[in-house]
Amino acid sequence: MSNVNVPDDLRYTKDHEWAKLDGNKVRVGITSFAVEQLGDITLVDLPKVGTKLEAGKAFGTVESVKTLSDLYAPMSGTVVEVNEALANAPELVNEGAFDKGWMIVLEVADSTGFDGLLDAASYRKHLDESAH
Amino acid sequence: MPYMKQASPGLQFNEQSIFERGAPGRTAASLPALDVPEISVDRALGVLARKAPAGLPEVSEPEVMRHFTRISQWNYSIDTNFYPLGSCTMKHNPRVNEWAARLPGFANLHPYAPARGIQGALELMARLRDALAEICGMDDVSLQPAAGAQGELTGLMMIRAHFAKLGKSPRKVLIPETAHGTNAASCTLNGLVAVPFKGSDNGACDPADVARLLEEHKGEVAAIMITNPNTLGLFERHLSEIAKMVHDAGALVYGDGANLNALMGRARPGDLGIDVMQFNLHKTFTTPHGGGGPGCGPVAFKSFLSPYQPAPVVVKRVGAGGETLFELDDTRPESVGRVRSFVGNFGMMVRAYTYLREMGPEGLKAATDLAVLNANYLAASLKDVLPLAYDQLCMHEAIFSDRDVKKATGVQTLDIAKRLIDYGFHPPTVYFPLVVAGAMMMEPTETETKQTIDGYVAAMKNILEEAKNDPEMVKKAPHDTRTGRLDEARAARKPVLRFHPKSAT
Repeated sequence: MSNVNVPDDLRYTKDHEWAKLDGNKVRVGITSFAVEQLGDITLVDLPKVGTKLEAGKAFGTVESVKTLSDLYAPMSGTVVEVNEALANAPELVNEGAFDKGWMIVLEVADSTGFDGLLDAASYRKHLDESAH
Repeated sequence: MPYMKQASPGLQFNEQSIFERGAPGRTAASLPALDVPEISVDRALGVLARKAPAGLPEVSEPEVMRHFTRISQWNYSIDTNFYPLGSCTMKHNPRVNEWAARLPGFANLHPYAPARGIQGALELMARLRDALAEICGMDDVSLQPAAGAQGELTGLMMIRAHFAKLGKSPRKVLIPETAHGTNAASCTLNGLVAVPFKGSDNGACDPADVARLLEEHKGEVAAIMITNPNTLGLFERHLSEIAKMVHDAGALVYGDGANLNALMGRARPGDLGIDVMQFNLHKTFTTPHGGGGPGCGPVAFKSFLSPYQPAPVVVKRVGAGGETLFELDDTRPESVGRVRSFVGNFGMMVRAYTYLREMGPEGLKAATDLAVLNANYLAASLKDVLPLAYDQLCMHEAIFSDRDVKKATGVQTLDIAKRLIDYGFHPPTVYFPLVVAGAMMMEPTETETKQTIDGYVAAMKNILEEAKNDPEMVKKAPHDTRTGRLDEARAARKPVLRFHPKSAT
């Protein structure tokens, strides 16, 4: 798993979402590892701006030629931005999981939850442990 | 000796859509002269009358025949070659089933015929019902659902009705992560909430997990849905214990009967604690899988659920002269209602009943034994070159992983599946169950010979060699088919869902 790209400046969930903190806002997407497992992505179903999310609960789905998977909120908060480009170009997630394939931006009331997420080293360890 | 493929590229016809064949005014039908007064469509239908012609194909009979024959030649079926599509039980459909279904006394019945005129058909339904109930150790069976998934839906509707009668409405259903996707879908359609859990006892359900979930969701659990054997091809060895725990918590046990082919005649779901389950007649009982056509997904249940079964129900009465009479009983006040028009898809019932009578009890046991033997033979023949996801004795199917070949060569499950097509074999089920990375799920069924399975194993081994020596070739497979590898992502992202004429003249 050592060859999988896991940027050091992000935090992660065990369900393979990444989160990037900027003030009281958190940008969310799925990791390169998740994208590699999914294969070509065909549909990303995201919540509307204004939706309130609860940490650990499903907030949308990502569908690929192989499977349909839930997306889980890394933190509780309100959706303030959605990557509208994914509606017509879900392949952006394949092309850039950590940049142009971002999914939502959450506004969080309390950013301390961010520290509870996995850091890059812990996420890499998680990938190694869950490999068959 | 070099490996010789069973298939070679051959002459196949290109064929345009039927709308592009023919010419205006050409027809394959010869209608008799009109012998009733002609009516004006505009006057009869008013604003509903079509303003422009429907754009139907105008073709001769030979054109129709060639069109559909050519398209059928592009197809691959169980009648072409081995079809090890895991979880689908692609066994041979005996031709005697087709003979029985075409008997004029069955084939020409009118769905509105009164019960007195269809006694034989009703008796066949009663016999099939009783046979299925005996095979699965349940008290009664409804033949009405039109497919396995609808059987699941119906079974859960009956569970809801059972709780409603008790004045309760628990909403949660425990479902292991290995389950078929239909389980969760049937819950959602019933307004129930699926609670997934891992099969943490080496792929099987662990009673400790179920106990924890029953405690966590105390009073809210309506049922557990368990597939046995599960989609990893493993027997749920703690099922009886789990069923007792679920019953003690006041909930019911739903059995997904999709994998009954591994149990038939050898273990009865009803004896293992299951309260309600569905059959997939096209899997275990050799009715055709074909073309989205009519299916049959009977639902079997213990007697306490009987009042809620779909109506009408075939009942047996003694007539005035002492004769046996079969009737359709529609007065079922507690029934969940009708789930399919008339009595369901009767032709499938004839085929399944024919199969049961052809096989007999010993034959059914032998079929089950052979299905399990064939799967284990396949697993044993391949596991040295392709690792099993769970290296233990399997039931009717075996699940392999692409982890080694992918790491060594970059060739993955999808590539192997595509390359198998060049060898004349249908690929196995791929990327399911989801709990296995790069899963290849192979189910040979009991109707295949050792020679066929050996041929398939040799092809797989050859492909794994090719992956080492020429991975790029394997990644670009198939090579010998009419069309090469399709862009599945584009097909899903930008599907073409209907025929568009090139010019609108």
